[in-house]
Amino acid sequence: MADLFHSSKPIYEQIAELIKKQIIRGELHAGDKLPSVREMAIEVNVNPNTVQRTYRELESMEIVQSKRGQGTFVTGNTAVLAAIREEMKAEILQNFTRQMYEMGYSKEEITRGLANFLDEGSIRDD
Amino acid sequence: MIKLTDVTKKYGTKRALEDVNLTLSKGKLIGLVGENGSGKSTTLKLIAGLNHPTCGDITVNGEKVTRKIASSVSYLSELDEYYRFFTVKDAIEFQASQFVDFDIEKAYEIMKFMKLEPQQKLKHLSKGNRSRVKIVLTLGRNAPVVLMDEPFSGLDPMVRNSIVKGLISFVDLDKQLVLITTHEIREVENILDEIVAIRDGYIIAHHNVDDIRKENKQSIVDWMTEIYA
Repeated sequence: MADLFHSSKPIYEQIAELIKKQIIRGELHAGDKLPSVREMAIEVNVNPNTVQRTYRELESMEIVQSKRGQGTFVTGNTAVLAAIREEMKAEILQNFTRQMYEMGYSKEEITRGLANFLDEGSIRDD
Repeated sequence: MIKLTDVTKKYGTKRALEDVNLTLSKGKLIGLVGENGSGKSTTLKLIAGLNHPTCGDITVNGEKVTRKIASSVSYLSELDEYYRFFTVKDAIEFQASQFVDFDIEKAYEIMKFMKLEPQQKLKHLSKGNRSRVKIVLTLGRNAPVVLMDEPFSGLDPMVRNSIVKGLISFVDLDKQLVLITTHEIREVENILDEIVAIRDGYIIAHHNVDDIRKENKQSIVDWMTEIYA
């Protein structure tokens, strides 16, 4: 159960990441209802207050909306959801390129390497 | 909800707590951590009214703590303190007879969750299952304050995990405050709101756990290693 989260990052942020990934993968759609705070807390084995904080953060980013007495819903605003998708992509690319540059690869090596890698379809499942 | 003001506790000449000031608020799950003999259990016993401070004030919900505070404090001792000839059902009924806030229905729900049977005798239960019974009896009460002294100590990971799950499922943080002492910080770090660190009778830190992770970019275990260094 401790494996689900990194121990040195706030858990409320990590749960927010999980939800954003579910949105990007299309497991959660615009307008979908999120699990209640307690359901989510039990599912991921954390304190309900932490989930509350996640929902609050996501609400301030306008990714979700809480409706009084009904629960918390993924926003119906598809522009916001498209933006999350782009943001996540930019973040992953940034980490990737930073690591490549740190190891001394050139821009050409990186683009050629990535293109070859994608052509070979050599994604390993691990 | 719980307030300790300038609390000192001495056992004879030995100082257990020194000038402790601590305010714990409602709706939080709080971990009290520290080495053996640092004053964790003493703190819990003082809040539970089982022991009296040498000087200073302790209040729970604004009420000065005396032995009568037991009506609003559910206390889980680190000892095995129930009659061994009791069945699980007997223990639940006994607890219900002692505390008006005991919710029998909830207790049976927790009992099922912990995979215990009502007719099992306590003396025939494993250590892990006796610990589960203690959880049933402690969380079966709708008390505003829940104090748990080392609920994980000496238990295997499966039992520890079921206790953690039981806490998340059955504590009502809209109404309750939970203060838990433990050595097994890894076991509870994901479910805590706040952490209070105590050393040699002094409170040396009191923080929100996610704030520690965010501000120090550190795990709680690393943070503790640092402050106890």
